Amino acid sequence: MDRIPVLRMGSLLLITIQVDMHDKLALQLQDDVTQRISDWGSTGVLIDISSLEIVDSFIGRMLANIAAMSRVLGAETVVVGMQPAVAITLVELGMSLPGVRTALSVEAGMELLYGASFGLQSGSENERAEA
Amino acid sequence: MNDLAEIISRNESQIRDEWMRDMSNSVQRSDLISKTEIDEQCRTLLAAIVNGVRVSGTAETSGSGWNTARDYLQEISASRARQGFSPSEVATFVLSLKRPLFGAIRRDLAKNQDLLFETVWATTELLDSLALLTTDAFIAAREELISRQQQELLELSTPVVKLWDGILALPIIGTLDSARTQVVMENLLQTVVATNSKYAIIDITGVPTVDTLVAQHLLKTITAARLMGAECIISGVRPQIAQTIVHLGINLEDVITKAKLSDAFALALQRSGRTVVRQAGATTAGAPLLGSPLRKQEG
Repeated sequence: MDRIPVLRMGSLLLITIQVDMHDKLALQLQDDVTQRISDWGSTGVLIDISSLEIVDSFIGRMLANIAAMSRVLGAETVVVGMQPAVAITLVELGMSLPGVRTALSVEAGMELLYGASFGLQSGSENERAEA
Repeated sequence: MNDLAEIISRNESQIRDEWMRDMSNSVQRSDLISKTEIDEQCRTLLAAIVNGVRVSGTAETSGSGWNTARDYLQEISASRARQGFSPSEVATFVLSLKRPLFGAIRRDLAKNQDLLFETVWATTELLDSLALLTTDAFIAAREELISRQQQELLELSTPVVKLWDGILALPIIGTLDSARTQVVMENLLQTVVATNSKYAIIDITGVPTVDTLVAQHLLKTITAARLMGAECIISGVRPQIAQTIVHLGINLEDVITKAKLSDAFALALQRSGRTVVRQAGATTAGAPLLGSPLRKQEG
């Protein structure tokens, strides 16, 4: 496997990382994601890392980079399903990934992205205010 | 040195009687240990000493010939540590053997002054090192007890409770140090995954002081939870602690903090799209809410 598939789902990009990341794979992914966003005009990127069990500072930075690059191209990034051990490792490495949005599950991540792109979230807040 | 072994075996019962009497004058704790048990311990220890002298031929208790005596003494000290003896009482158990032993040596070697002195000196050294051994074993047993209790405390003191669907609470009692933070963090994150909770309330009402280190530990936990997609709210900030945090210049601006756990819970409910309504017809303010007092708004 020499690249991680980037799936298109409407206006979103769906990336599931199911293998141990190595540096070349990570760089390839950065290329692919930026290329796809500009090709398809995606407004959201969802990265599922629930099967990722080992991270190092490079992978952490890669996640932050993808988020930053996507934002430059006009897409929001959500990282979903991070394992507790991975989260602890990243914090101990001093990487809090500012600017990356996170969610517990793919479902929650989708909600976040659709809310962000279609204004559903603000709509529900209005309703709540009225109620 | 073998003279010593001979002397002890010859005068065994007399030495033991005097030993018991000396102990009862000073440290025999009849409230903690029975007379027959002490008698048994004296008998075994004396036999082990005789054996040690015979096998190794010296009074150097570090040799392998003394293994039996050392092991037995360590066992006695450990059990006495658990029974509640003081270290000096345990050491005196061995040291009170001196007078009876010296008496026996003097009776047997009265004619040979040089040998008498030599044997007494060797015996003193032997008993001193055995007494030190009991103290070491005593402290080791206590230390083991303390570390086990510490471990138990660590496990007991970090419960994660589920307040509502998707809302967890983590009441922290006691000071947060690095080891505890690790346990707290792991517990919290595991529960976040297991219950798929979006909100976690960390209640620090039971944390006596918050210094920069504690704040750093808290921030680490919050960051880790955020990385997983859960949001943390700190509650139970007492007025003094709020002052301390500001005086220390700790930056908690990215963290939601509330004074009371109830405030934090209300916020978490609100953020997850729920509102609390009092049922119509409820007469007293404190009436239990029946039915479905909470309803989730579609949105």
